[in-house]
Amino acid sequence: MHARNLEQRAENFPTLQILDEQGHLINEAAMPDISDAEMKELMRRMVYTRVWDQRALSLNRQGRLGFYAPVAGQEASMLASEFAMAKEDWLLPSYRDIPQMVWHGLPLYKAFLYSRGHYQGGQIPADVHTLTPQIIIAAQCTQTTGIALGLKKRGRKNVAFSYFGDGATSQGDFYEGLNFAGVYRVPAVFICQNNRFAISVPVEKQTAASTLAQKAVAAGIKGIQTDGMDPLAVYAAVKEARERAVSGLGPTLIENLTYRYGPHTMAGDDPTRYRTKEMTTEWEKKDPLVRFRHFLEKLGLWSGEDEERTMAEAKEDVAAALKKADQAPAQKVTDLLKLMFETPTQNIEEQLREYGGRERNLK
Amino acid sequence: MTQMTMIQAITDAMRTEMKRDDNILLFGEDVAKNGGVFRATEGLFDEFGEDRVFDTPLAESGIGGLALGLSIQDYRPVMEIQFFGFVFEAMDSVVSQLARLRYRSGGTLHAPVTIRSPFGGGVKTPELHADNLEGLFYECPGLKVVIPSNPYDAKGLLISAIRDNDPVLFLEHMKLYRSFREEVPEEAYSIELGKARIAKEGNDISIITYGAMVRASLKAAGELKKENIDAEVIDLRTISPLDVETLTSSIRKTGYAVVVQEAQKQAGIASHVIAEINDRSLLYLEAPVGRVTAPDTVFPFAGAEDVWLPNERDIIDKVKATLSF
Repeated sequence: MHARNLEQRAENFPTLQILDEQGHLINEAAMPDISDAEMKELMRRMVYTRVWDQRALSLNRQGRLGFYAPVAGQEASMLASEFAMAKEDWLLPSYRDIPQMVWHGLPLYKAFLYSRGHYQGGQIPADVHTLTPQIIIAAQCTQTTGIALGLKKRGRKNVAFSYFGDGATSQGDFYEGLNFAGVYRVPAVFICQNNRFAISVPVEKQTAASTLAQKAVAAGIKGIQTDGMDPLAVYAAVKEARERAVSGLGPTLIENLTYRYGPHTMAGDDPTRYRTKEMTTEWEKKDPLVRFRHFLEKLGLWSGEDEERTMAEAKEDVAAALKKADQAPAQKVTDLLKLMFETPTQNIEEQLREYGGRERNLK
Repeated sequence: MTQMTMIQAITDAMRTEMKRDDNILLFGEDVAKNGGVFRATEGLFDEFGEDRVFDTPLAESGIGGLALGLSIQDYRPVMEIQFFGFVFEAMDSVVSQLARLRYRSGGTLHAPVTIRSPFGGGVKTPELHADNLEGLFYECPGLKVVIPSNPYDAKGLLISAIRDNDPVLFLEHMKLYRSFREEVPEEAYSIELGKARIAKEGNDISIITYGAMVRASLKAAGELKKENIDAEVIDLRTISPLDVETLTSSIRKTGYAVVVQEAQKQAGIASHVIAEINDRSLLYLEAPVGRVTAPDTVFPFAGAEDVWLPNERDIIDKVKATLSF
């Protein structure tokens, strides 16, 4: 039925692309307002994050990090979008979106403490506007709307940004968050990082919709699809969505088409069970670092020397952050009890006495 | 002082607090122009405007997420779930998100949210309106659960709930909304959360209860008195955390106890109360702690409420059985 309607709907959500796979500028009209220095900084962040991701994988294998969800491949989607945020904007990350938190101001050692499962990893400095990574898929969507409504009521010219994957768009909270955001016309940007797989389940098994961006239609809000391997396209889309949000035009859903080169998480996932080698090779040709590097090299903004300096810097920072994470005190049951309420309740008080008397401290 | 029903006392608590603190926001389904399906928020939209009192789309999980986000912008949300049977739609919002925020952020964020919701049998509501689900939330760390049984407590406890800097679930029994009036002070006053109240002093047996079963227990105590049985009735008021100190001292005085709840035997909090009593006062007990509960079925079809809900007669029988153990 209505095959033509369905086609038209997909046509309303064409993929925004600015750089092709070889780093050629193919859509000059859409080129965002971004300075040379900013592009160079964005490249630095992407290279830095690729190195950090590689280090995190090996640190996880050595048992020096805990829970970790690889990010290689998603640097443009993650970092070019965060790059369009203002410092005072709010970030609501999923468990994979640690890089955005760090570039938004979270100290790297805290990201490592989060990975290890230490309460200090959740203690975000007061001037860093991010929540801790959300494990319950799409819960951040409704919370984003709440923060954005708060920003609107307070008259602040800031925006709340939500990050989630393709699988999350099947959740009720995804629709509820977007729908509430549309009703209250809040300054929120919902960023769906469609890496085509929710663990082993391909996006075709999530929905029959031909784009995820068109799900914005259900909320009556704007939707846009980008080439999520293209940092300039992602930056342009997010920048525009942010400007719409602060001018009172309401929320936007952005779908970034991207790919993770690694497994879903480091907890035993084996992507060769559900992805072909050909598929990964195909997506490796789209590598956001490769195309941006080519683009910037042609402009004389990036060199092998820049690349090596950045890589060395990342390795040093990771080592230093790890060392700092090692210095965090071992957690005690009494610490956890004290984190439950502002004022301990009768039962917490009782257990504080109990555990204070026989503190179980493995260190 | 003025005579108020419990629902008037609840409205009055919200009005009093909203006047005091501009950060309090009130939202839910039909709470604004309509004044709530039970008129709990009657007049508040007109008095405080749409910026403070507003309707939401019909989605409980979204309401919970909204409350969490608004907390982070330093608001004090008072969110309503129209009937507590609908809380399953918001379980993640309430249990996994609001109740954990302080802990998971290492104390750097918190959610000063009050979740108001009507529940309770005896008014022949349709399916999943009246279920007694408080036991689920007793088991949830990070949440306080308050159930008032009268207008005076309702106002003082709701004011405390709103002022609390952690999430509080405030459950309002529908049968109690308009069943009687009581003197309630017009000014703001608060009742400490986590503190039980001795509703009637007595020396022979402790009846421990909450919600609509407080009235039934008091009636039962009146009947028992005629037979020279002097029951002490404890209204828990807050069911999580439990006021174990008040329970303990009462049982050490009486030596007998019965726990009374409207929820099914396998639900509610009676079994938790009994465990606390056994842990703390076993050697003072002259008999096992009795319990009065509903049967372990799904909440009854409206036409079967009268035979299903625990009542004053059940309480009298259980008290006598316990005393003659």
